[in-house]
This record gives sequence, structure tokens and C-alpha cells, in this order.
Amino acid sequence: MKEIVVISGKGGTGKTSITASFAVLGGANLLVADCDVDAADMHLLLEPDFAGDEDFYSGEVAEIDQETCIQCGKCAEVCRFDAIPVVDGKYTVDPLSCEGCGYCARICPVKAITNSVQRVGNLYTSSIRTGTKMIHAKLGIGNENSGKLVAKVKNDAKALAEKEQKNYILVDGSPGVGCPVVSSLSGATFVVLVTEPTVSGVHDLIRVYELVKKFKINAGCIINKADINPERNREIKDFIRKESITLLAEIPYNENFTKAMTMGKTIVEFDSILKKIIVDSWEKIKQKA
Amino acid sequence: MKIIFTAKGTEWDSPMDPRFGRTEYFFIYDEDSKKIETYDNRAIENEAHGAGPKTSQKLAEYGADILITGNGPGGNAAAVLQQVGIKVITGAGDMTVKEAYEAFKNGTLS
Amino acid sequence: MKIAIASGKGGTGKTTLSTNLAAFLAEKEHVVLTDLDVEEPNSGLFIKGTLKHSESKYKMIPEWDSAYCNLCGICQEVCNFNAVLKMGKNIMVFPELCHGCYACSELCPKNSLPMKEKPMGELKHFEAAGLSFIESKLLIGEEQAVPLIKQTIDYVDENFPEEIIKIYDSPPGTSCPVIEATKHADIVILITEPTPFGFHDLTLAVETIRELKKEFVVVVNRYGIGDDSVEKYCKAEGITIIGKIPNDRKVAEVYAKGDLLYPALPSVKKVIEKIALFIQGERGDSGR
Repeated sequence: MKEIVVISGKGGTGKTSITASFAVLGGANLLVADCDVDAADMHLLLEPDFAGDEDFYSGEVAEIDQETCIQCGKCAEVCRFDAIPVVDGKYTVDPLSCEGCGYCARICPVKAITNSVQRVGNLYTSSIRTGTKMIHAKLGIGNENSGKLVAKVKNDAKALAEKEQKNYILVDGSPGVGCPVVSSLSGATFVVLVTEPTVSGVHDLIRVYELVKKFKINAGCIINKADINPERNREIKDFIRKESITLLAEIPYNENFTKAMTMGKTIVEFDSILKKIIVDSWEKIKQKA
Repeated sequence: MKIIFTAKGTEWDSPMDPRFGRTEYFFIYDEDSKKIETYDNRAIENEAHGAGPKTSQKLAEYGADILITGNGPGGNAAAVLQQVGIKVITGAGDMTVKEAYEAFKNGTLS
Repeated sequence: MKIAIASGKGGTGKTTLSTNLAAFLAEKEHVVLTDLDVEEPNSGLFIKGTLKHSESKYKMIPEWDSAYCNLCGICQEVCNFNAVLKMGKNIMVFPELCHGCYACSELCPKNSLPMKEKPMGELKHFEAAGLSFIESKLLIGEEQAVPLIKQTIDYVDENFPEEIIKIYDSPPGTSCPVIEATKHADIVILITEPTPFGFHDLTLAVETIRELKKEFVVVVNRYGIGDDSVEKYCKAEGITIIGKIPNDRKVAEVYAKGDLLYPALPSVKKVIEKIALFIQGERGDSGR
């Protein structure tokens, strides 16, 4: 089983549209895992049924039992996150500020504070319209994606892919360069980097590739909106040549991307010229992975 | 020589776990005594962050010479492993434990 | 006056709006633009100024002092983040994982983990005509954006008077970094695209900002593409749309070069003007 992870340091490069296109091309032979939990948009194109709903717990948050509390204020004293304000004369935890370090709970003289795991969102195992399944999550407000959540999404995807004998797992990876993207990359057979020839596109590509390199995973690159700036496009191509990254495709600037999305379709179901480019790159990915 | 594999199970035929920090099991093989040990690391699932260092710490207890894994380890785990003084071999993510061992012996992993 | 510019997802034009609005307003008065997207700060790619000041920003993390340590392991036990580990006869600290809660340091019976300053990022302060530009960037591998965002906001508060216009380019998403970046603002401008993705992410952003009980308005980017779901939604929810930046391939081209849009594109300039007027109106000095 091959695990293909699609990432892009910067947002708005078309990563999710391209990933969803691969999902359509891979059909029933492939399982989808959406690890871009902060902006999980893939469901808009793949029509999951939100079945298999499961609560997801991560991180901890302190809670003060007001019955036991003697209002000594020691907890607020040790808290470095200003998370224990006095509300209506009582020491109270502000869950949005609490980092869950557990220091307050440890030093409370009357053990009035418990640190408990918090429900941060929901995890779904859905059937999608391409005849396969997708693992995806929805986070509550102020809750952060984590290595744990990404690992859970990927683990569930892997177990299901094994059970249903799929050949591929397709992962829509997390943004940024922190723990979630590390967890997205971990275990991958091939990484697809989606970028665009803009100053920020180039900048973020180089930053996120540092991580990919650390993991020694083979990578390919898709340059979206490739024709909006020839100079930056060359810059990207020089970079990927130097790093032995496979150039998978150069996709011209095309508003059909958005038009397709507006109709709830992927680009390969909408525009025959773009379809050819994306089919070609998918074939390359399958060979390299 | 004592070798640790990151694995998805506890048998020679179990597939390797390509991940280091969040590996499901360690499969530990002592070439001299031919003894096999395994360690169930699945509780790591509950760690939101810092799986790498935590797993490294456990690994250190086995006093192995070589670690064979898939992609990893990331920066933090690498720092611990360096401290432990274990040699890290990657690129065995697609294999079974047995295949990984054979590939290592044949010198096709590095 | 503090204006935070935010969006549910990345790539919808946060940086474009922040930089263009700041530069436009700076033609008439002093403006401070602060890039709080400390993981991937990109505003600086569009603002050319001279470096006035730079400083390292630190977080407090424990540092092991082996002299009196009796290897009791309490530090490892109290750390909820796997940032302190006992490895044989050593205590290892992982600064990127540390949240700086001080528990290990203060609960250590031998005082063997004193808290020390550790660089987590770099703050830079640039000056251009009428425009002060502040950006902070996390060092690679650093995971916690919130402390750096906090310190950057403090820097701006300490160095500039209350009354001038301050624009904050916030990080994307709906998690802690966005909350940190927007909770101090007088008003939040949410920028989105009129597409299903843009619409979906806008609804999440609105939920977040409502949770914070902040006043907010919307700017639609790439207007003309996609559908009217964003407009319908804003109408139904009573949310004001203060500007629509037209969709144009030329916008993408100018952006790609790292140039500001409004000097090159009159259609964009008109929208920026409108948004500027709105801001001046909010401040209460609208043409009277």
C-alpha cells in the first residue's frame, strides 16, 4: 500500500482541488485522508455522508471544582498563561487560554482542580461519491490541529485501507511547518508539493521542503498558475532540479478551477485540457510512489 | 548485535511501521542470542505532541546498537537517538521485518 | 485604532489586503502594519522599507543543571508535553515542545532546572514613508506561535501611540494563534473568496470571531468568480461587506511579482479607497 501526501506551505495554491482530483482519478482503489483539519474543504468536492461519527479528544484543560475550592489563589499564582481569572469572586479557568500544563492541578492544596482531556472535535469515516471512503475531522472553535489528530486520521485510514485492500492512501496534508505537518509526512511513500510562482509560494515551498528532506521521502512538485510569473516559475524549477524533486506538472492559470469548485466538481470532471495535465501527473505519481 | 525494528506487529512477517515516533511496536532482535523481544508502543496514540522523544526514551532502555525504520526520525527524536548512540537505518518502510533484516544484512539499506 | 485582518483559510488575500490597505492609508497618515502570521510571514515581501530595529524574541525554558540533580524524575513526571525526559543519567529538554509553564523548574526539589531565555523568533521593525512595518518570524521547528504573537503585539503597543491606525495581518485558521491575534482588535476584517471553499471557511471564521464577541466586517476577494453564496450568507446573517476586490488575472500577476496592487490596478484602488473610508468612518472622522 502506498501513501501519497499532498502538501503546500502556503494556502490558496489549489492543493485541495488537486488532491480531490486525484481522489476522482484513483476511484475505488484509493482511500482518502483529510489532514488539513484547520481548513478541511475536501468534503465540499467529494460529498462524504458524515457517517461513523466519533468524538475526538486531545490536549487537556483544567477545571476547578468550586465546592472544594478554598479560594487560596495558588493556582492563579503559578499559571503562566493568565488562564485563571477571578470571575464573580471565584477563581475560574478560561479554557481558551488554558494550555493544559497541569501545574495548577498539581499544586492545589485541596485537590480541587482536575486536568481532563477535552473533546476537540469529531472524526468521521464517510463514504464518498467516488466509490470509496474518506477519513476526515472537524475541530471545534479555538481547538488546534495536532500531531495526534493527524496521526489518528492517518491510522484510521491505514487500518481501513488494509481491511478493504486498497492500493493507495491519499492524504491532504496539513499546512505550515509544525507538528501536524510532521505527522502528515511521517510514514509517507511519496510527497506531492503544490506551489505557485509567487514570492510567497517560492518562500513557503523552500521552507516546507526542509522538513520533507529530513524525512528522506521522495517528492514531486506541481506548479499551479505556472504562467503568471515566468521568472518565479524558473526559480521554482531551478530549486526542484537542484533538490532532485520530480516536476509533475505545470498547470496554467485557469479560472475553471474555481468554476468547477462552484459546481461541486473537481477540475478533472470539468475541463478536458486541465484533466489531461492532472491525469499525466497522477500517472507519474503512481510510478514514483 | 542488537537490532530494533519499528513494526506494525510482533512477528518476523509483520510489516514494518515506517513511522518512528508513532510506531506501533518495537521488534527487538538479538543476533547473538537469537532472542526476540517486542514492545507494544500503541499508547503513544494519546500523545498530542512529542511522540518522537517519548518513543526514543523507551527505545533507549533496550540498549540496542541499530535501529531500522522507515522515514524518520524527526529533529527531537534524532537528538535523543544521538545521545543514546544508536545507529539509524532508514528506507525499510515498505518491507516486512524479515525483509528489512535481510536487506540490512545484504547492505541494501543505509 | 486596531484592525485585525483575518480569514478562515490561507490564500484568500489576507496579506494582499493588509499590505495594500496599509500602504494606501500611509499616503495620508502614519500607519503601523504588523504581520502576526509568525509561521509564514509574507507581508514583508510586499513592503519595502529600511530596517530600523531588530531583536530576538525569547521564551523561557528550563535548562538542566547537573550539579545537584539527583535524577528523581519529578520534572519528567510533571511535564504534560513530553518536553523534559530523563534519559539514563541525563535530563533532556526539548525547547520546541516546551510551553513554558515553569512546573518542572519550580517543582524540582534541587532547583536543577532553572528557567533560561531561549530565542524563539526574530522581530523586525522597518520604516517606509508614513508606514511602520513590524514582522516576527518563528525559528524553524518552533511550534508555539502564541507567545511570539503576544510579544509582537506588546512591542507595537509600547512603541506607538494609541490613536494611530494599526493593521494586523493575522495567521489563518480558527485556532489559538488567530484568537491571540484578533482578541485585542477594535474591529476584525474577514477576507474571503466567493467560492464554496471560501464560503465554508468564512462561516468557521465568523463562528470564531463571534465567540470572541468582536465587531467584524467582510471583504470579498476575487469578486466575480464563483457564486453568490458568500453574499447571500452575509445578507442573511446581517454582516456588512465593505469591499469587493475584483477577480482579474492581472491581480495574480502583480501579486506574483511581489508588488502592491493598487498603484498598478485602478479597479483595486477604488476598493481600497472604499475600505479606507470605512475605517475612517469607524474612527469617527468621516469627512465632517
